[in-house]
Amino acid sequence: MDISSLRAFNAARDARRAVLLLTDLTGGGERVIAPGNTVEEGLAVAVEDAFRSGKSRVVETGGRKFFLNVHLPPPRLVVIGAVHISQALASMAKIAGYDMEIIDPRAAFATGERFPDVRLYAEWPEDMLEARPLDAFTALAALTHDPKIDDYPLRQAILADCFYVGALGSRKTHAARIERLKATGLSDEQIGRIRAPIGLDIGAASPAEIAVAVLGEVIAALRKRGSGTG
Amino acid sequence: MEDAMQNIFSSDDISDPADVAERWIEGGRTVAIATVIETWGSAPRPVGSHLVIDGEGNFHGSVSGGCVEGAVIAEAMDVIADGKPRLLEFGVADETAWRVGLSCGGRISVYVERVG
Repeated sequence: MDISSLRAFNAARDARRAVLLLTDLTGGGERVIAPGNTVEEGLAVAVEDAFRSGKSRVVETGGRKFFLNVHLPPPRLVVIGAVHISQALASMAKIAGYDMEIIDPRAAFATGERFPDVRLYAEWPEDMLEARPLDAFTALAALTHDPKIDDYPLRQAILADCFYVGALGSRKTHAARIERLKATGLSDEQIGRIRAPIGLDIGAASPAEIAVAVLGEVIAALRKRGSGTG
Repeated sequence: MEDAMQNIFSSDDISDPADVAERWIEGGRTVAIATVIETWGSAPRPVGSHLVIDGEGNFHGSVSGGCVEGAVIAEAMDVIADGKPRLLEFGVADETAWRVGLSCGGRISVYVERVG
């Protein structure tokens, strides 16, 4: 392997970009491929499939064997609202291997004392998400109930094709939210991607139980991505 | 805030074998990377798992639960010496060809190549 290939592969992973290292097992040599790059006809479908599934594998085409080593960014969980549920979710997300961060402009909520072990930004989502955009490997859970805080990131999450978009709130709250989001130009189909009421239907009552339901729903959305059941 | 953002995605990369390989090379070491490219049955490490080996036999990462690393490291020494990639297969069925096997009953294929 060329050192430049290794460097390019590592740089893409560090920058949260999907990347594929294509190694020619028959003739030797390799290439670093990004989503959308042009590849030989015999490999195009396999490369596309690898980027979708995240599964690395060997492919034979034209009498040659190739290894497709694909790397998708680790799942990130962005939570809007430094609320009680977020406190429980922070510990659980860490155990489950999700890189979680919390955004809440209300300084009284977003304190290091309440959230000792998670990245916490006492900023408006408008400012944070401009600096660190959402992407398809990110889940967004809006937990404040406050339209001033939740609406913008929900809309951004839909536009960024986040693999999960969830919003806390009663059916009535959500019905009002749908109308507001429609007024911003989102289609019914786009708005329909929002999971509300948030969380798997496990009868969760306490903040910690709701956190379990939310995390379970996030995991399901990630693992069933593209299978039509997510 | 700027500093916080710099650190966002560097959490556990320190132990990632591909990153370790890059660091070792920058430190002047000769390095081979072994990668699990196929698995059959129950295999301890998934496809894409890496073991990185240097010319002194130091290694980092894993391609199995410790069952075949010794053999892979030995092969990696040859790969580092002659620069030719090797395709190794391990499994119960290959016990006569290889003195090591996977106790779990699975089978794995490992590609070993020199970097640089």
